[in-house]
Amino acid sequence: MPARPHDAVNPAGGTDVPVNPATGRLVFGWLLVGIPLAYGVITTLSRVGQLFQ
Amino acid sequence: MNWLDRSRSIAPPGFNRWLIPPAALAVHLCIGQAYATSVYKSALIGHFGLSQTAIGIIFSIAIVMLGLSAAIMGTWVERSGPRKSMFVAASFWGAGFLVGAAGIFTSQLWLVYLGYGFIGGIGLGIGYISPVSTLMKWFPDRPGMATGMAIMGFGGGALIASPMSSALLKFFDGFDPAVDGADWIASGTSVGKLFLTLGIVYFAVMMYGVLNIRVPAPGWMPRGWDPSKAKVSAMVTTAHVSAANAIKTRSFWLVWAVLFLNVTAGIGILEQASPMIQDFFRGADGNSAVNAAVAAGFVGMLSIGNMAGRFIWSSTSDVIGRKRIYMVYLGAGALFYVVLAFFGGSSMLLFVAMAVVIISFYGGSFATAPAYLKDLFGTFQVGAIHGRLLTAWSAAGIAGPLIVNGLLDAQGKPGTMNAHNYLPVLLTMVGLLVIGFVASTLIRPVDAKYHEPEEELASARKGS
Repeated sequence: MPARPHDAVNPAGGTDVPVNPATGRLVFGWLLVGIPLAYGVITTLSRVGQLFQ
Repeated sequence: MNWLDRSRSIAPPGFNRWLIPPAALAVHLCIGQAYATSVYKSALIGHFGLSQTAIGIIFSIAIVMLGLSAAIMGTWVERSGPRKSMFVAASFWGAGFLVGAAGIFTSQLWLVYLGYGFIGGIGLGIGYISPVSTLMKWFPDRPGMATGMAIMGFGGGALIASPMSSALLKFFDGFDPAVDGADWIASGTSVGKLFLTLGIVYFAVMMYGVLNIRVPAPGWMPRGWDPSKAKVSAMVTTAHVSAANAIKTRSFWLVWAVLFLNVTAGIGILEQASPMIQDFFRGADGNSAVNAAVAAGFVGMLSIGNMAGRFIWSSTSDVIGRKRIYMVYLGAGALFYVVLAFFGGSSMLLFVAMAVVIISFYGGSFATAPAYLKDLFGTFQVGAIHGRLLTAWSAAGIAGPLIVNGLLDAQGKPGTMNAHNYLPVLLTMVGLLVIGFVASTLIRPVDAKYHEPEEELASARKGS
């Protein structure tokens, strides 16, 4: 996989090691925090709608 | 428990740093529940048959313990690394709920004080600072954005906990809208079950953070980022200051004063949000154009502003600088408070817009603080210094409500006031922000006599 700007390298590893994207873990992690957050924001916004009715 | 040690959590070569923010958010989203305690406050008042004050003490203990544990344990957190400290935070936060549940089931309020307040409060303080310095080490090119992401989670935690707790309380009580009606208050037993559920769920989610947090290897840098080519600013040090020395500097106490004043001013709105909007739009007949349900929507809007401000303003500080963003929080904040005080009652849209922006500055000041400390004191013990800074939050949590309630009590009774009754409070907040603005202009780079010698830093790195 080609490296992207701002990808991490680890000089301690001895070489310019390309980043392991770890896509599965990345998606799981962001979904774990993103879904509850989206639920909270949407629930709150539905109450906010009453302000301008 | 060797797997919790800092040395066992060093990231392997090629580790994707974007795995770190979800691990940090997993902790902050859970401890952010502390902002959503009003959901079951009435239920606890009914269950224990006590006053608002007696129940309110539970949450006051938690917030005081947050500040104290962050200040006292900050150095330990820095030394032990994020994995061990996040594990301790998860254990205390989860155990706090379980002990609190035991107190509710047995009607022993002291157990709730001990559980949620004391034990849970320690989890709050350690959890709040645990991932912050790690994030800044992973994102040296964007420290404001990195800490903004995590601390946004603390604001967002209430947005999740509030509706989730309401839904669970209704489930445990077998709520029937046709029978229970709008005035329904949850039973104490269902609050006990809620505490049990939250204790287990929060511990599990925080353990995701524990298992996935990593510290970068010494010398690690993001690809394409060269610290020698980064924008040079006198306000961003390349040296390092220990926590013990940081609190001897004038700059630390100026940042402390700035945070204290900004948070005190923000609490002015947060504390009174619901009655305030109703009073601002009260007609000559004494009736308000804003009912309780609409006021609840306003409170929700403030929560979103609080959360969004943490990410947006803290990220902006990476571009315009920490000192400038604090001058915006304080200077523009004072201006918006003036507009709110004199013109807020003329338009609902103007009132809501001003209040939301002010609260976004309140959230932004929390999220930008760790990056400001990193700029002034370096990364050596920034977590511990951040812990000590959070005592400003505890102090503001006491001073803000005292000032606001004291000034409003002199104006009249809740539910009978108008916009002009809020002038003394709002203009006091303007005064606090102006003092904060002056304090912010006085913040200077830390004198070199406080910098850690290179050999001390090298031996500290070896030790960790």
